[in-house]
Amino acid sequence: MSSTFDTVANIITETCDIPRDKITPESHAINDLGIDSLDFLDIAFAIDKTFGIKMPLEQWTQEVNEGKATTDQYFVLQNLCARIDELVAAKTAVKL
Amino acid sequence: MRLEYFRLIDRILEFDPVGRTIRAEAVVPTESPIFEGHFPGHPLMPGVMLLETMAQASGWLIIGLTRFNRMPFLAAFKEAKLRSFVTPGQTLIATAKLTHEGSGFAVTESEIVVEGKRVCNADITFRLVDFPSPQFRTGMREVGVAIAFPMEAVANG
Repeated sequence: MSSTFDTVANIITETCDIPRDKITPESHAINDLGIDSLDFLDIAFAIDKTFGIKMPLEQWTQEVNEGKATTDQYFVLQNLCARIDELVAAKTAVKL
Repeated sequence: MRLEYFRLIDRILEFDPVGRTIRAEAVVPTESPIFEGHFPGHPLMPGVMLLETMAQASGWLIIGLTRFNRMPFLAAFKEAKLRSFVTPGQTLIATAKLTHEGSGFAVTESEIVVEGKRVCNADITFRLVDFPSPQFRTGMREVGVAIAFPMEAVANG
């Protein structure tokens, strides 16, 4: 079973034609990988489908716009993967 | 269908909020300046207008599902296929199904059928935003009434 990071990195590679070896846990999706908002919609779609979650992009965007969070918290891949793991865990907890 | 105004859907035939589908009718006008150029002596409904028709059917689906609280704006087409010519006077049946509701975006599968034959289909992505103004929302509701959108299905919105 591949890690959340491997899954997300593969999604980014397939969606945005970014070489897999350029994607690291420390990569910032926007600042380092140059992913724009439209491509990020595709990535979010694939992540939602793959993990069976609904990433709260609007909430994250609002938090960034209001200065309550930085883009690093959501768009540095290791942080993004941690958020995904939290959402998956929350979904699993609800089912139990 | 008023091609020049990009008012492409004439009538909502069915809106199913449980199955998250919609079916709409759109009649291609017999005359339009567009056909004078596309093409002289051989009028054809432009492919981009067929894509727009599918987008508008999908858009009404999303507006209905969000009870007129979010406005969908077209973001991407995928796997768009134009399979047959469409000519003036033909009646299009456009259907759409919501396949994913994300945070701030939605994805549909849509197709158009003419006389029982599928003429085009696409997967379509929309960004969902709050209506830019109350007047915009009111205007969309008015258009919805004009095209027989079942307002009772979204009455609590």
